[in-house]
Amino acid sequence: MTERAETQSISGEHYNFAYLDEQTKRMIRRAILKGIAIPGYQVPFAAREMPMPYGWGTGGVQVTAAVIGKDDCLKMIDQGSDDTTNAVALRNFFVETTDVNTTTKTKDASIIQTRHRIPEEPLTKEQVLVYQVPIPEPLRFLEPRETETRKMHALEEYGLMHVKLYEDIAKFGHIATAYAYPVMVQDRYVMDPSPTPKFDNPKMNQMEALQLFGAGREKRIYAIPPHTKVVSLDFDDHPFEVTEFEQPCAICGAESVYLDEVILDNGGNRMFVCSDSDFCEERRDAGYVGHPGTNPLEAEGND
Amino acid sequence: MYVAVKGGEKAIQNAHKLMARDRRGDTSVPSLSLKQLSEQLYLSVSRVMAEGSLYDAELAALSIKQSRGDLIEAAFLMRAYRTTLPRFGYSKPIDTAKILIRRRISATYKDVPGGQLLGPTFDYTQRLLDFKLAADGEAPTPEMHKFEKKEVVPRVTDLLNDEGLIEPDELLAPDAPVGDITREPLTFPADRDLRLQNLARGDEGFLLALGYSTQRGFGRTHPFAGEIRLGEVEVDFFMEELGFEVPLGTMTVTECQMINQFQGSASTPPQFTRGYGLVPGQGERKVMAMALVDRSLRAEELGEEIDSPTQDQEFVLSHSDNVQATGFVEHLKLPHYVDFQSELELIRKVRKEWQEKREASEQELVAEAAQ
Repeated sequence: MTERAETQSISGEHYNFAYLDEQTKRMIRRAILKGIAIPGYQVPFAAREMPMPYGWGTGGVQVTAAVIGKDDCLKMIDQGSDDTTNAVALRNFFVETTDVNTTTKTKDASIIQTRHRIPEEPLTKEQVLVYQVPIPEPLRFLEPRETETRKMHALEEYGLMHVKLYEDIAKFGHIATAYAYPVMVQDRYVMDPSPTPKFDNPKMNQMEALQLFGAGREKRIYAIPPHTKVVSLDFDDHPFEVTEFEQPCAICGAESVYLDEVILDNGGNRMFVCSDSDFCEERRDAGYVGHPGTNPLEAEGND
Repeated sequence: MYVAVKGGEKAIQNAHKLMARDRRGDTSVPSLSLKQLSEQLYLSVSRVMAEGSLYDAELAALSIKQSRGDLIEAAFLMRAYRTTLPRFGYSKPIDTAKILIRRRISATYKDVPGGQLLGPTFDYTQRLLDFKLAADGEAPTPEMHKFEKKEVVPRVTDLLNDEGLIEPDELLAPDAPVGDITREPLTFPADRDLRLQNLARGDEGFLLALGYSTQRGFGRTHPFAGEIRLGEVEVDFFMEELGFEVPLGTMTVTECQMINQFQGSASTPPQFTRGYGLVPGQGERKVMAMALVDRSLRAEELGEEIDSPTQDQEFVLSHSDNVQATGFVEHLKLPHYVDFQSELELIRKVRKEWQEKREASEQELVAEAAQ
């Protein structure tokens, strides 16, 4: 994150380094700093119109654009993978507008922009994790009005959320939220972790890396500074539980990681593989193998 | 069988190539020129300029061509471009009383100073398909007359205002700052300047439906079309360095002033109230709907009961922007399999428990029956 002001060319047209003009970046950085100063608080910011649709990562892109410098190395993931369509599109956007180095390796990245996952490998203090956020307001589906939810946050009035979680337990026997599971940040603000599966929630707690959240359409930025307490909401008699998979990754044999379910045929056969594609590759390179006979990469006719 | 995680990049490139081919269509048919679009599809161009918030007919034509005629996509292209443009400042307010009028009608008076001028309109046409157009028949050239001087046509609402029958326009101090929804995030309650900005770039279809709902009783405001005008108006810009105003050019605008049911209180005598609509280009349906919605959104200020969607600022202003709306609705196309996986795990678990519970209670019943 060093010198920034330089122009880059996109198909002959000249845009500022990382697309946004410097004034806009300053405005966004101010919002980020405020967010860091008040962990979990949603800071309104004047999100710009970006050359990708609202809802497709404009918030994350603006945050990344505001913090990226030419020495950064960027990793872009969606659903845990570097090669999902929108991750490819957003990575190309930054390659074209900044010419920074990109990587698929978690440990080599200085900035990781993500949608819906936190990498399996623990992040370090040298790294920034930027989340794309669709609906930043954890109370939105309980109270659709911004005017009301802002008051509820100000007064730390989170009873409604607890009632919702309680009603889930009464009805289903479990808290029926599997992703975007609400967290309490530094004992003050209830925060939406973005639609990451609740499996990833514990990684947010005391993370060494800086976590930044950008919601472009809703015009909000929030942050979790390194080493901040992040607790998933629960009850004493119904403690928060992390999703557990019954089998390891079919390809690399990893356990206690988040898995994607892949349907193999019309007969309903399925396999489970690492959602974090880099993590899986690293393990395979290190010689780990999945359950014998389950690795489809070794199957005939697949290259 | 295994859906390899590699390949996204190539798939995207190929999809875009295919789209470019489809956009061009049959290459034995000549390609559209931007001039053809801006001349012959001006109402589309107008809509894209309004919802794209950028007054440039040529760029709007390009957007329409690039988007294959998808006007929301075209507005989006305009927005994404406008956001990169440097900003010199704000123009002086345009004075719509000084419009060089091409169309001007009032539904509230039989005749008004300045006259009723039908101008270019679909109104009163027979909606019969014109097969001569299909055969590329040229329209007859209308007779042209030179007119002498610029006549200032007073606004109908100003005539009413002389009698004090209608509430005056809100008067702001000349140096009062005007809000800017493109530079500050919208917060609620939003003042009328911000609301009108939001509506001016809002989706025509959305405003049309909301305006219509007020006519059908969901937040009725008893409107009359006091005046609709279309024409060209000069845009001036105050140059700090020079110390005086310079004209930047003229722009086409459509304006609608709705006259609505009267109000009165202990301090003000009963008077009509206003609803206002203005868009760049020619967009009559949009300004009329906008004026209805603007009036409804003033419910709180005018002490009316708020019980309909159109009176609800947060509901209207948060959902009027079609670029935002289309982005978020269509983002459901993006991969969501990680979230879906977590839901799958949960629902399997909950169903299993439900099944076990049910079996247990069935066994209990059987046991009871046996006793």
